[in-house]
Order: sequence, then C-alpha cells, then structure tokens
Amino acid sequence: MSAELSALYQELILDHYRRPRNKGTLENADASVEMKNPLCGDEIELQVAFDGDGVRDLKFSGRGCSISQASASMMTQLVKGKRREEIDAIRNQFRDLMLGVTSAANDGRLGSLRALSGVALFPARVKCALLAWNALESALADRP
Amino acid sequence: MKLRTNSTLSPDSGLRGDFPLLAANPGLHYLDSAATSQKPKVVLDALRDFYETANANPHRGAYALSVRATECYHQARVRIAQFLGVRDSDCLIFTRGTTEGLNLVAGSWGYANVSSGDEIVVTALDHHANFVPWQVLAMRKGAKFRVCELTPDGKIDLDFLGGLLNQRTKVVAFNHVSNAIGTINPVEEIVRLVREKTDAILVCDGAQSAPHFPVAFDSLGVDFYAFSGHKMLGPMGIGGLVGKREMLEEMPPYQTGGDMIEFVHDDRTTWNVLPHKFEAGTPNAANAVGLAAAVEYLNEIGMDRVIAHERSLMSVAQQRLGAIDGLHIYGPPPAERSGVVSFTMSDVHPHDLATILDGEGVCIRAGHHCAQPLMRRLDVPATARASFYVYNDESDIDALVAGIIKAREIFAYVET
Repeated sequence: MSAELSALYQELILDHYRRPRNKGTLENADASVEMKNPLCGDEIELQVAFDGDGVRDLKFSGRGCSISQASASMMTQLVKGKRREEIDAIRNQFRDLMLGVTSAANDGRLGSLRALSGVALFPARVKCALLAWNALESALADRP
Repeated sequence: MKLRTNSTLSPDSGLRGDFPLLAANPGLHYLDSAATSQKPKVVLDALRDFYETANANPHRGAYALSVRATECYHQARVRIAQFLGVRDSDCLIFTRGTTEGLNLVAGSWGYANVSSGDEIVVTALDHHANFVPWQVLAMRKGAKFRVCELTPDGKIDLDFLGGLLNQRTKVVAFNHVSNAIGTINPVEEIVRLVREKTDAILVCDGAQSAPHFPVAFDSLGVDFYAFSGHKMLGPMGIGGLVGKREMLEEMPPYQTGGDMIEFVHDDRTTWNVLPHKFEAGTPNAANAVGLAAAVEYLNEIGMDRVIAHERSLMSVAQQRLGAIDGLHIYGPPPAERSGVVSFTMSDVHPHDLATILDGEGVCIRAGHHCAQPLMRRLDVPATARASFYVYNDESDIDALVAGIIKAREIFAYVET
C-alpha cells in the first residue's frame, strides 16, 4: 500500500468503521439532526442529549464510507461529557487538521481523531470526515 | 483522411495510442467514460486548427474569415447530423450538452403545452437531467408527475408504463441507456406503447447511447433526442438536441438574444429560422468543429465495432468481477447493457473502493451517478461504476480486479 493510503486507512480508523462506538438511537434526545452528503450518499443521524452548556450523551446512525463512519464514531467518544467551549475548540482544530494544518495534529485534545490526519491528503474525502461534525454543529446551534 | 494512428481494436488492444492523455500516462486505467470520455488527438488538433485558421464570429461578419467560421460551424452540424441519422440537419440544435437539450424541451415545448391536470411520465432509471426539469415543470404547471417503476433487474417495467399512460399524458421522458447501471432500453417498444395510448411527446436522453452504438434519429420514433459531445470523444461544452421539424418550428424560443432573431422592433420581435431560433448568442463553433472530428473518428472505427469492443470487455469484466466473493453487480445481464458495470462490495464502501483504486491508477466513479431515484430503489446509497470505451482493453480490467482485491485486503475483518 502506498504511504498515502496507509496514512488514510489506519488500523484505528478501520476499527471504528467495523465496530462503531455510540451507534444506535438515544432515548430522550434533546436534538436530532439528519445530514447527508449529496455527492456520495453518506448519511448520518445524530441524536444529542444536552446537559447545561454541554453534551451529556450522543449517538449516531446512518451509513457511509469508512471515513465518515469512523469520524462519527470517534467524535461521539470524544465530545461526550464535554462543555460547549471545549467542543467548539476541538471542532475548529479538527477542521484545521482536515485542511492540512499540520500543527493541529499535535493537539492532544483531538485524541483518536488525529488518526484521520491522512484524510487531508485526499481532498475529495474531507467532506466525509466533516459530516458528523457538521451535524453536531447544527444540533448545538438549534439548542433551545 | 487517415484519422487513426496505427492501432487495431481488440479486447487486448484498445485505441489508447490515439489519446494523448492516456499515451502520456501508461499506468492510468481510465474506466469512467460514462462520466466523460478522453479525447483523441484528432479532436484536439481540430480545435487548434479552428482557432488558428478560421476563428471569427459565425453569422456576423461580412469578411472572408467570418464566412469561413460560419462554413466550419455549418459543416460540423451537417456531419454530426449525418452521424446521428438526421437527414434534416437544421433540426439539430447545438447545446452545451444533454442537460441543456432536455431543459430546452421542458422549458420551451413544456411551458407552452403542458397545463394543470396534465401528466408527465419519467422513469426511475432516469438521470437527474431528465427527471428534475420535468418535475419542476409539473410543479409550476400543476401537472401530475409520475415515475415509472423498474423490473427487479433494472429495466423499465413496460407493464407499469402502460398503466401510467392515458389521454392526459403530455410527455414521456426516458433514457436510451442508463448511465448508472447500463440498461439499454427498448425504444421501439416504448414508442409503440406510448403512441398507442397517448398523444404525448417522447423525449429520449441519448447521452449514453450516441457514444456507444449506431443511432438513427429519423427511424428511432421519438420526438426529441439529446446528447453530449464530451461523452463521445468530443470537447466539453458542446452537444445537441435533435427534434422533429414541425415541433421545433412551433416551439417558442428557449433563450433570446443575438442570432436567434429575424427583426427586432420596439414592440415586438420575430424569430430566425431553424436551427438559429434556438441558438442565442455566439455559438460554440470551435467545439462543434471538435465534435465533428470526434464523430468522424468514430465513423472510421465503425459504431458496430465500438459496441462489439465494449461488449467483449464487459463480458470479461462481468466474469472476473462476478467471481469476487461479496461483489454484487446491478442491472440486467451484459447482453442488455452498454459498457457499464455498476457494483457494490459487501465490506468496502464504493467511496473507499474508489480511493484505493485511484492509488492503483484506476479511475472509477463512486456515488449515486446523478440517479438518486434509482439508488433509492436499489436500496444502496451509492455504487461503484466502471465504464468502458474504445481506448480500454483487458489490462484495464486486470488493474480493476487487482485493485478491488487489494481493497478487500485492507478492509478485511480480522477477529481479535
């Protein structure tokens, strides 16, 4: 496998794709957002339960490529129990990472998401990685 | 004129050498011709030749160069019309491509003739370009928009179609060949069925038929046929709409402006004759000339040989892909398809597959192929699609198969 492909399909990503975390439906969700990637057909439904300013719990469902599914799985793990401010900071860093800002890869707050840094080498796939994050942003924006 | 360089056409040898982009990239396996084709050198030369020897605004100038541009543009129309079996070349309107041709019919004939309570029929096999313009027309006019269902193997369900047709049906739109799964539709039967039951116009999306097998509009039986030059070895941004003269003459203009007028008064305007009535503004003469070179190149090969070549590649692909565990091919059997293989893999999403194949120099399309209504019926969000043309050969299929196996290895589930 080429270096670029190895960077894209890291074992951690494939693991999240095969065994997605927090996949399913959330009882008593405060917000539910459906988002699609019209170009490739990836789709996600994200359900979020808020806790004051933060996210108490969240689950996702839907179908799509390994990048979109792994990114959603990792995101749910990472933002669960975090405050809005922290989530916004992580999301901005992750966007930078997808745009190829290499310094973002050193940000420990990104946790497992750093495994997705190879996506930046494949511009056509960046939107796959951002799908779940766009859904989360929309859920947070709609918060009552 | 000898157009082709030195190649013969056989399953183990396509006409790759005639295509500069492919000749310059020996490791590239281009299997996305249903999206757009590569261009042979003769087409690129024709474009350059036009700009170097004949470039001026057609139909405008009194000087010799403009006359030459006009003549080149006119000759291109005549040659392309001949290629498509259109005797009356004034009935070939140049457009940007199939999409514009179909929008022209919907926007001109449709707006003038469809009214509230009328019905418009499309099929679940249609590309968005032959679906959405009719849907929008129906909504604006208060007409009923009806979608013909498919058989389980992805063909137009003719019984279902028969059931949709009635005296209120004003338009029946369908594609000659499905871009997404390659189904070749039985035009003759569809025409007979529609003519028996309705006075509807028949609109055929020819984007995927004109490039691949002989098409003779005059005996096809439909009222309108739209096609794209860039899918048939020609340049991007040129294509056409062929229609029956009596209909084109009655239709109102689609766009207005220069060249399409006869007399413009302060209070009214009269229209130019066909084909100019539907070609407002400076025409894309250079690309028309390029497309004429493309059809001449195709003529020299012979369209019967083009489809035979694709068929032989398809049967190899069908056999080799079909042998891969967990790979599912959509659509009817190869004998009823053009050179398209649309498939999914159980463990690998089409998008991941396309990325991994790209790493191997194999270009395929992954996605919904601008046919979301079809994808919904196949119950998949996307498929992977390999499509063939004259420059492909079995080595492209070898690379495709090797890439798919590699993708499976990357995604193989290992119990831990």
